[in-house]
Amino acid sequence: MGNSAVSADHSPTEADPVPYPMARATGCPFDPPPALTTPESQERMRKVRLWDGSSVWLVTKYSHVRMLFADKRVSHDTAHPSYPHESAGFKERAQQGKSFVNMDSPEHQRLRRMVTAPFASRRVESLRPQIQEMVDGLIDAMLAGPSPTDLVESFALPVPSLMICLLLGVPVEQQKFFQDTARIIISTDSPPDVVNSAQGALLDYLEGLTVEKMTRPGNDLLSDVAVKHVATGSITAREAAITARLLLVGGHETTANMIALGTLALLQNPEQLAVLRDTDDPVLISSAVEEMLRYLTIAHIAPRRFAMEDIEVDGVMIHAGDGLALSLDAANRSPEEFPDPQSLDLLRDARKHVAFGFGPHQCLGQPLARVELQVVYGTLYRRIPTLRLAIDPDLIDFKDEGIIYGVRSLPVTW
Amino acid sequence: MRVTVDQEMCVSAGQCSVLAAKVFDQREEDGVVVLLDEQPPSELDEIVREAAAICPVSAIGLTES
Repeated sequence: MGNSAVSADHSPTEADPVPYPMARATGCPFDPPPALTTPESQERMRKVRLWDGSSVWLVTKYSHVRMLFADKRVSHDTAHPSYPHESAGFKERAQQGKSFVNMDSPEHQRLRRMVTAPFASRRVESLRPQIQEMVDGLIDAMLAGPSPTDLVESFALPVPSLMICLLLGVPVEQQKFFQDTARIIISTDSPPDVVNSAQGALLDYLEGLTVEKMTRPGNDLLSDVAVKHVATGSITAREAAITARLLLVGGHETTANMIALGTLALLQNPEQLAVLRDTDDPVLISSAVEEMLRYLTIAHIAPRRFAMEDIEVDGVMIHAGDGLALSLDAANRSPEEFPDPQSLDLLRDARKHVAFGFGPHQCLGQPLARVELQVVYGTLYRRIPTLRLAIDPDLIDFKDEGIIYGVRSLPVTW
Repeated sequence: MRVTVDQEMCVSAGQCSVLAAKVFDQREEDGVVVLLDEQPPSELDEIVREAAAICPVSAIGLTES
């Protein structure tokens, strides 16, 4: 029945597109919704219906996803009426403080380049000893503290939170405020007024900090932006705060969820956990991190774009103004690119995954995320080889509603 | 193989310099790609091809000789 509605020329069926996002299958918390990984769905684009009733093209095929992310006729301008927002809260957020992520170049490129220096591979690599020391310290504290403990609170969130605070130059004492705000901002369940006030408070705070750093700069990214770009008038303190918010929020929930969800996935796949527990080979650990990124693809709500011109993809015509949802999790489960895609295999070469997105907006924090994850995955299971769940796996609460997937808490013991 | 890079296009994702540090570096001030070797030795061909393939904006150009 369903198939008969699809016309031969692959044009979208107007007959009631299915709602998106879809739910994951019960008992398969690490797999994308089944509808995204069937052979048919991986081959062709189809229209899906969003929260506001609008419909967009859902793109699932690896090559299509990469191509469209990189296509100059595709826009990420969230102020444009054709932009298909993730929720009412996201729409509100985009109006209030548009960061460079939500712009096209040349403006995107100009603003992005103001903050890329500290994320360069060599600069991040030089932080490795500091990250290692921090990870060891958190593990020491965990081992000395009560068991069971929540791995999210005691380890997964502090690692990236401390690092991004240090790098940006925002006070570590404000961590709780940052963590709470980040949670509200990335949830598609947050109503517009809640997003508005949470984000407003964070922006006001960061703007004040930027102004302070113009006169008393430290050795950090926000000081750098304040001195080089705000003091010289190329951006305002508010714009600097918007960029800082982007990095702060981006630096919190992403790596934290990779650590906690990743640990759960490894505990559920003991033979894979053993690969990491029994090695100190940096090449193997680095390759394992790429597979964890591919397998988990925590950015599980397809990033949005829209077409500025007509674009033909494999015989399907995307019209100017059509919305696009480019599914990273479906692309990362492509059987052509990653044989036996549904299994976690730390020994495979997964480097060409798109877990960080693709195109000009690809995650700028990826070198930092990689080093953090290499240190974490390379240390945690070796130092606590008896690490195990302290809860029935069926009772684990997953963050299905956020644009970043993960677990709300992970009680563990050893 | 001849390698070219497009610094205008580059978004400083930095994966090329991780994969092939003898061929690609990143500019100190903004992480934009710097080409260190436009004709790398052939034993680096495979890794340079991979660097070009994973560049998110196709800023690395290759001419096979």
